[in-house]
Amino acid sequence: MEGLDIPLNHILLVACLLFAIGMLGLMIRRNIIFMLMSLEVMLNAAALAFVAAGAHWGQADGQIMFMLILSVAAAEVAVGLGLVLQVQKRFKSLDMDDANRMRG
Amino acid sequence: MTELLWLIPLLPLLSAIVLMVLPQLSVKALPQSLIAVIGVGSVGSAMLLTLTLALSGGPYPIEQTLWTWMAVGGFTPGVAFYIDGLTLVMMSIITGVGFLIHVFSSEFMLGDHSYARYFAFLNLFVSAMLILVMADNLLLLFLGWEGVGVCSYFLVGFWYQQPDNGRAARKAFIVTRIGDTAMALGLLLLFSELGTLNIQGLGVAAAGQWQAGDTMPLIACLLLLGGAVGKSAQLPLQTWLPDAMAGPTPVSALIHAATMVTAGVYLIARTHELFLLAPTAMMVVALIGLATSLMAACSALVQHDIKRILAYSTISQIGYMFLALGVGAWASGIFHLMTHAFFKALLFLGSGAIIHCLHHEHNIFKMGGLRSRLPVVFWSFIFGSAALAALPLTSGFFSKDQILVQVFLHPQGGAWLWFGALVGALLTAIYSFRLVFVVFFGVANTEVDKKPGWAMAVPLSLLCMLAAVGGLFAIPVDNVFPAVSEHHPSIWVEVVSAAVPLLGLSIAYLLFLGKQWSLQPLLRRPLSQRLRYFWLNHWGLDALYDLILVRPYYSLANALSSEPIDRLYGAIVWVNQQLHGLLSRTQGGRVRSYIASMVLGLLLLIALSLYGGGEM
Amino acid sequence: MLMLHIIVILLVGGLLAMASQKIHQNAPRWIALTVVFVDLFYFAGQLWSMGDLNLWQAQLPTEPGTWLMHYSSPWIPAFGINIELAMDGLSLLMVLLTLVLGAVAISASWTDIKIHRGFFEANLLWTLAGVLGVFLAMDLLLFFLFWEVMLIPMYFMIAIWGHEGRAYAAMKFFIFTQASGLLMLVSILTLASIHHSTSGQWSFSYFDLLGTAMEEQTAHWLMLGFFIAFVVKLPAFPFHTWLPDAHTQAPTAGSVILAGILLKTGAYGLIRFTLPLFPEASHAFASTAIWLGAFGVIYGAVLAFGQTDFKRLVAYSSVSHMGFVLLGVYAWNALALQGAVMQMVAHGFSTAALFMIAGALQERLHTRDMRKMGGLWQQMPRMGAVAMFFIVASLGLPGLGNFVAEFLILLGLFQADRAMTALAALGLITGAAYSLLLMQRSFHGSVQQHAGLLDFGPREMLTMSVMMLALIVLGVYPQPVLNIAAPVIDGLLVFSASDAVVALEVTP
Repeated sequence: MEGLDIPLNHILLVACLLFAIGMLGLMIRRNIIFMLMSLEVMLNAAALAFVAAGAHWGQADGQIMFMLILSVAAAEVAVGLGLVLQVQKRFKSLDMDDANRMRG
Repeated sequence: MTELLWLIPLLPLLSAIVLMVLPQLSVKALPQSLIAVIGVGSVGSAMLLTLTLALSGGPYPIEQTLWTWMAVGGFTPGVAFYIDGLTLVMMSIITGVGFLIHVFSSEFMLGDHSYARYFAFLNLFVSAMLILVMADNLLLLFLGWEGVGVCSYFLVGFWYQQPDNGRAARKAFIVTRIGDTAMALGLLLLFSELGTLNIQGLGVAAAGQWQAGDTMPLIACLLLLGGAVGKSAQLPLQTWLPDAMAGPTPVSALIHAATMVTAGVYLIARTHELFLLAPTAMMVVALIGLATSLMAACSALVQHDIKRILAYSTISQIGYMFLALGVGAWASGIFHLMTHAFFKALLFLGSGAIIHCLHHEHNIFKMGGLRSRLPVVFWSFIFGSAALAALPLTSGFFSKDQILVQVFLHPQGGAWLWFGALVGALLTAIYSFRLVFVVFFGVANTEVDKKPGWAMAVPLSLLCMLAAVGGLFAIPVDNVFPAVSEHHPSIWVEVVSAAVPLLGLSIAYLLFLGKQWSLQPLLRRPLSQRLRYFWLNHWGLDALYDLILVRPYYSLANALSSEPIDRLYGAIVWVNQQLHGLLSRTQGGRVRSYIASMVLGLLLLIALSLYGGGEM
Repeated sequence: MLMLHIIVILLVGGLLAMASQKIHQNAPRWIALTVVFVDLFYFAGQLWSMGDLNLWQAQLPTEPGTWLMHYSSPWIPAFGINIELAMDGLSLLMVLLTLVLGAVAISASWTDIKIHRGFFEANLLWTLAGVLGVFLAMDLLLFFLFWEVMLIPMYFMIAIWGHEGRAYAAMKFFIFTQASGLLMLVSILTLASIHHSTSGQWSFSYFDLLGTAMEEQTAHWLMLGFFIAFVVKLPAFPFHTWLPDAHTQAPTAGSVILAGILLKTGAYGLIRFTLPLFPEASHAFASTAIWLGAFGVIYGAVLAFGQTDFKRLVAYSSVSHMGFVLLGVYAWNALALQGAVMQMVAHGFSTAALFMIAGALQERLHTRDMRKMGGLWQQMPRMGAVAMFFIVASLGLPGLGNFVAEFLILLGLFQADRAMTALAALGLITGAAYSLLLMQRSFHGSVQQHAGLLDFGPREMLTMSVMMLALIVLGVYPQPVLNIAAPVIDGLLVFSASDAVVALEVTP
């Protein structure tokens, strides 16, 4: 099959909505793990946009970008979870607002 | 002789330097006799040199230029001397009377810890005064002028351990400084207008450029008068002299009677060619002289400190000299300067002898009956007071008489000035003999501690002789001053002038010796008590100056001492700190606020690129 | 090359002094003293052997050939920035003053410094090097460089070895001078770029930038940039507030150098840069500057009178005296300028001596509060006599250098503005007031402190005698100094009245 059956705009809209949900989640959530999950959602939304574009233009670049983003996300989550463990140890909570020592 | 002119001020200067440095170099204290020899000897040598100069005959003026002090463009004052009759008279007084006072001091100050320092400063003073009178230009004269002022500060505050002495010294210096500032402005004006500060040159240039009655010479002369008034303790700057009596008595004799305070008279006489171009200024001089004379005479009448009586007397007599100068009787003014130097130094040294011998008693009402106990001093006071009161045939009589005649003959208001001067003469006679009768007659209230030695007695005797016959000296100022009219007023003027002092003597006798009259009923009146208090504090001048000058200055200094300008810079610091406070709130440490601002920024950027970028 | 040598000797000497502390803890001060003497005698000796200098010929600001010495080597050719040094009569006097007072400063702090002696002497020498550079640099960017260089070691001197309020004072000193220096930098860069736009060439050389044509408004702002930088240093009211704190908190050597030399760089800058570079703007501004000067004279004196801290009183007296210099510079005639130069030299000596005495008092009494002093003459007669000498010099006694200076300034100012001269002359009275108060509170009066106090020793008396002699010579025979400064002043006056300058009235 050539091109997309679903119009590009719809997919991009979904991607935007997902991005917005992720962003809102990032802003609103206080638990670090949920913030990380929201970050994941945002990353995936961006990846979806890439895939859609790739499908639209009929090129493999979109898929490759998707794989890149996925690996970046994985690496970032690994580091992030390591930091979460440290935060948990020091601040004895997973509340983002408790880690506010670096101020002034 | 001309080549050795520079030695005359140099010898006392060298002696001063030696006396300041030598005690530092020797391990143990120098013997006081050595110090006395150096200190007195230098002035003695200067006196001998002056004598040689005077006897050498002339031709006058004798001039000597040592070097050019500074040369900037057209301004080239030199360190140069100019000797004419007037200078000779002054030099003779300074070195002659000065020498006698130095001899007196050698016994008076014996035993003082700072013997060397005393003679060093006294010699430095003599040197500065000589430079003042020998200077051929006003800038060098100003050097001498300030020099004597500083030496006066050193010597009035000689016994610095008492803060009051320091205060008196500072007062003397600062009040005269006010006059000096006016004089400096006068010098600036004269140079700007006439292009030179050379005294003879000024006379020539002024005559060529200015007419009598012009504004410029008036302003210049008033400024010079300001300086003279400060140094000579005339209205309105006379408040420092009575307090300056805190210094050792020989200092008062030399500086505050014979020499420094007459510097103002010398200045006006020296620049008479300028003053002749400003008749208004001359009238001001005369009026200041008369007013000061009367004010001081009233104050002298009610004082009880022997030195303060003599101090007010000095102010009063210098007022006479100013009066003489103001009516154009230049030679008479200088003549009175000379006779005054003799009898006032005599009186001061006499009072010094009393103070020395009565273990530092100053109050005349605590003395008494000294006639038999201190005969030398008694006769000194008789001769001195007679001359001061201008009793007939004393030196003071001749000089004061000349002044009174010249004043009477003055075209503008001469008769009024003469009358005022007569009142002053009456008061002079009363207060001088009040002093004599209270101190030397009657019951002895304080015992005599010691008798004066030869070092005190000889100068006193010599000065007695000078006070008696000094009136016969003829001062060689004929070539210096313009001739005075040869008019003679009616004989009654001279008779009255001679009679008034005798009247004063009689009044003093009746009040203080014979006690036929009594002041008690008068003194009980509250009005007279207030008047007495008023005169005792010299017409409230001190209080006035304190109120309008001294206290505001202190308040201003205190108010500003926290540096209000700094508040401006402090305000900049404060603004900085506030900004710091504000901005540091954006770094709150809360990650979520950072996220929120990032999101906000992102939205802004997107909005800008969608809607703002349209123009590009 | 001589000029470069004298600066480098001091820089290297500083390093040596710092290093020598490891050998012996008294070594740094000896090394520093030797270095300064070597510099002084080397300089004087070379001058002497150069023989026929154009010392008496007018030194025109635009002709480096008429100057005594001139050296230039390229640094950043793309912008026409060279290492350009030149000396005329004025800089000669200032260099000599710097070196002599440098030696005095080292002598003043002989026993004062207890920690990091090597570093202290190094900072002292580097400050002197910076000052020499300021006096000799003719490339404006090089001048700015040296301006900053002289600041930083002085900051350290105050901040590390100062007294109880040293942190505040050092910071205040640094910020004031630095901020005003930045204004000067902006002016320098703008001036150079204007020169570039009119002549097509980049140059920061003083000789090239003289006579640059520009609009009146621009000239006014650029002139202000320079003016503020120098007037903060001078210091003139109302930019003087850094001075009392800096002088009071600095160690003795720091105060000596600050008051004796650093303040003169401000005056030097005005004479050398502000007035020749912007003649009409300066002329238009003159009445404001004269007003500031006269006010500063009185203000400094009144504030001095109200102080209880010995050093602070002397610091305010410096404000008063430098007001005279500002007056002399802006009266801009031969008499006034000669007076200003003379005041720079004479005030250097008299105020350095007073600070040395203040330092000596603080070392012995551990206080600067005059309410705790009194009657010190009895215990320390030599110090009392010396203090009396310098106090009397400070109030302008004729026969000493300060009088010659003040009188010449007043005489010159009188030709320009009579009313202001009358106001400034009041400074004579107010000067007497605070000077005598200083004497009264510290050395006269009844004794307050009873502990056995040491009088001046031979080293201190030697230093003081040198300065006393200098002031007496300046007071009685000032002609040599006047002769050295005269050609420079003539050149400057000729230049500012010349056609080259009149042409500036036309806007390009």
